[in-house]
Amino acid sequence: MRHLLAIEDLDRDDIERIMSRASSFAEVGRRDIKKVPALRGRTIVSLFYESSTRTSSSFELAAKRLSADVVSIKAAGSAVDKGESLKDTIATLSAYAPEAIVIRHPYAGAAKLVTAWTSAAVVNAGDGKHEHPSQALLDTYTLLDRIGSLEGKRIWIVGDVLHSRVARSCAMCFRTMGAEVTLCGPPTLIPRGVTEALGTDVAHDLGRLGEADIVYALRMQKERMNESFVPSIREYATHYQIDSRRLAPRQLLMHPGPVNRGVELSPEVIDGPASLITAQVESGLVVRMAILYEILTSGEPRGGSGRRDDAELPAPTPIGEPA
Amino acid sequence: MADMRPISSLDWRGSQGEPERDLVLRGVRVLDPREGIDATHDVVVRDGEIAELAAAGADGPEGAEIVDAEGLSVFPAFFDPHVHLRTPGHEHKEDIETGSRAAAAGGFCGILAMANTDPPADDAGHVAALRDRAREQAAVPTGFLACVTRGMLGAELTEMAELADAGAVGFSDDGMPITSGRVLRRALQYQRLVGLPIALHEEDPELSAGGSMHEGAVSAALGIAGLPSISESTMIARDAAIATFEGAAIHVQHLSAAESVAAVELAKSNGLQITCEASPHHLTLTDEEVRSLDARFKMNPPLRAQADREALIDGLRRGVIDCIATDHAPHATHEKEVPFEQAAWGVIGLETAFSAVFTELVLPGVLELETVLERLTAGAAPFGFEPPRIAPSAEANLVLVDTEAEWEAGIEGWESRSANSCFDGRRLRGRVLMTVAAGRVAYRQRSFAMGVA
Repeated sequence: MRHLLAIEDLDRDDIERIMSRASSFAEVGRRDIKKVPALRGRTIVSLFYESSTRTSSSFELAAKRLSADVVSIKAAGSAVDKGESLKDTIATLSAYAPEAIVIRHPYAGAAKLVTAWTSAAVVNAGDGKHEHPSQALLDTYTLLDRIGSLEGKRIWIVGDVLHSRVARSCAMCFRTMGAEVTLCGPPTLIPRGVTEALGTDVAHDLGRLGEADIVYALRMQKERMNESFVPSIREYATHYQIDSRRLAPRQLLMHPGPVNRGVELSPEVIDGPASLITAQVESGLVVRMAILYEILTSGEPRGGSGRRDDAELPAPTPIGEPA
Repeated sequence: MADMRPISSLDWRGSQGEPERDLVLRGVRVLDPREGIDATHDVVVRDGEIAELAAAGADGPEGAEIVDAEGLSVFPAFFDPHVHLRTPGHEHKEDIETGSRAAAAGGFCGILAMANTDPPADDAGHVAALRDRAREQAAVPTGFLACVTRGMLGAELTEMAELADAGAVGFSDDGMPITSGRVLRRALQYQRLVGLPIALHEEDPELSAGGSMHEGAVSAALGIAGLPSISESTMIARDAAIATFEGAAIHVQHLSAAESVAAVELAKSNGLQITCEASPHHLTLTDEEVRSLDARFKMNPPLRAQADREALIDGLRRGVIDCIATDHAPHATHEKEVPFEQAAWGVIGLETAFSAVFTELVLPGVLELETVLERLTAGAAPFGFEPPRIAPSAEANLVLVDTEAEWEAGIEGWESRSANSCFDGRRLRGRVLMTVAAGRVAYRQRSFAMGVA
């Protein structure tokens, strides 16, 4: 795998390879010294054009646990503030010959564009409302870790599907792994043509929520109210909030965070036994380690300037017995 | 057609200078569906006119340039009522010289430029200055539309009568819809005084707000907000109703949606004087291209679904759609080398118009070549110009084409200053070798020109 741009590009083998690699890294987190030399001497640039807590911190920590050198750049306070184009920013950063660039950008296709301007591997950490592949992979990992397989499982993704890159990536990833996915939300927040686009079922109320094995709630942003997508957050919560009354004991609950407590989720389910929300964050670290390892050790030549001989780099050290 | 003006009445640099020597296209297939001609002739051009369609092999006039055109075809040259020449204000994208050169290279003998420049063409002095410049620089006869509203802000009418006196060929706020029904109604009323056509960019910005591509399954997969088809068709329906009420004539620009074809057809059947155009890209491509997230496929209106494309083709075939217009919209590389949603709207189209339609629609048998030729020339009529035709003593507006030639679009660069073509890199069939506009050679394809020199 050269880049990680979209779940759409991955087949089941790709996803399973990342899952098993992540399992092998889980052990590292339980050591006293949580670090392996797998990517020693490799440079990873993390470039975030949108605010992010968990994605940026977990990519950064994942890189550090693999002993890579990490440079983190936020758009605020950088040359981007001075009007530098994405292409020029990438050209500048590529002069440092990084092996990988992790990028989050407010517009669809930004990560893919970057691949044309650098010889570094590119990881899409969220591009507009398009895809957020590492989120979908960590969610899949979380579920596999808990229930073993997604084959035949019914997963409901509930909320603002229209504006959610998480919903798009998760729906595709879960379906590739054998699950049946239903997208549920007010008709104003379900994109036209989504059934054809993603192969999912669509529901506009929670009446059949009982059939779900897993309920995946999306973040409901308050500004959607001003844009007339929903009349009020209160009415949205009345119809779509996942609470202990709606969530059966056998159903698992997920959320990509950050949660609006009392909007899409009631406080008691967030902290309840069915909640995988904290587990998702934990998975984020090992899955992102696996992603970085996967793209940086796939054997293709790297290096932003093209001047560096790949043979001079220390060979990545296998950890444990990665499958 | 009595009050139609010749294409030579438009401004271009060819209108000055010495008359050229006679030109003979020897042994060429002459095809003009409007004149009902499909035969091999020696076409003789003299003093700006088609002097005769002689029997092939006849002796040409002395001193004439003889072009051995056996195996080649000559058609009436094309007329594009919708291009953007970007002058003034955006000369880094295009100017009158480069844009008109692109037109000549695409086989066009006449083009009409839109008014959405910076500043917009909304006063008489501005139009007069553009015409002066066209007389110095334009490679083919070029007309200029003026704005319907001042500054294209959609609020106050321009001095339409004064603009008409200054030589504007029509009015359009293209790029911006006229959202106010009241303002549009006043413009259509005032049109009676002025007598020039009004061309409309039909889009309800309330419905299309925030969108970057067609709203449908592809936009759902990409997470890109859409411009729904109804943002176009509802405005056409509204404006058709207003125009019918006022007894006015309107020209609808760049149709993209099946619903829009239906709206125009309904208006026509109700007796409204309504004409409309479709672009080569809307006729040959769909929103599937946008899956690449390549900004070369971003334009407004957007590429829509296959059903929309089929409706446009069907509308063109049946004459609901009157003409093909390119909406040639140049943008600099850096304005397109950005994420799709941030990219500038528009594609260039003059240099590939015929080849794209010929390759994608004529060769597979979807449309007759005759239909395509008729629609590539018919854009002159709604603006009061005589559509080019091949007949003795007609003004010579000719395009010489090698229908067998295959070429890769863009590989030799573009005559346009910009390269934002959605056909870039495609193998196309049918190459324009020579364009004669208003009686003068406006373009010779390089290798062909060297071959005959």
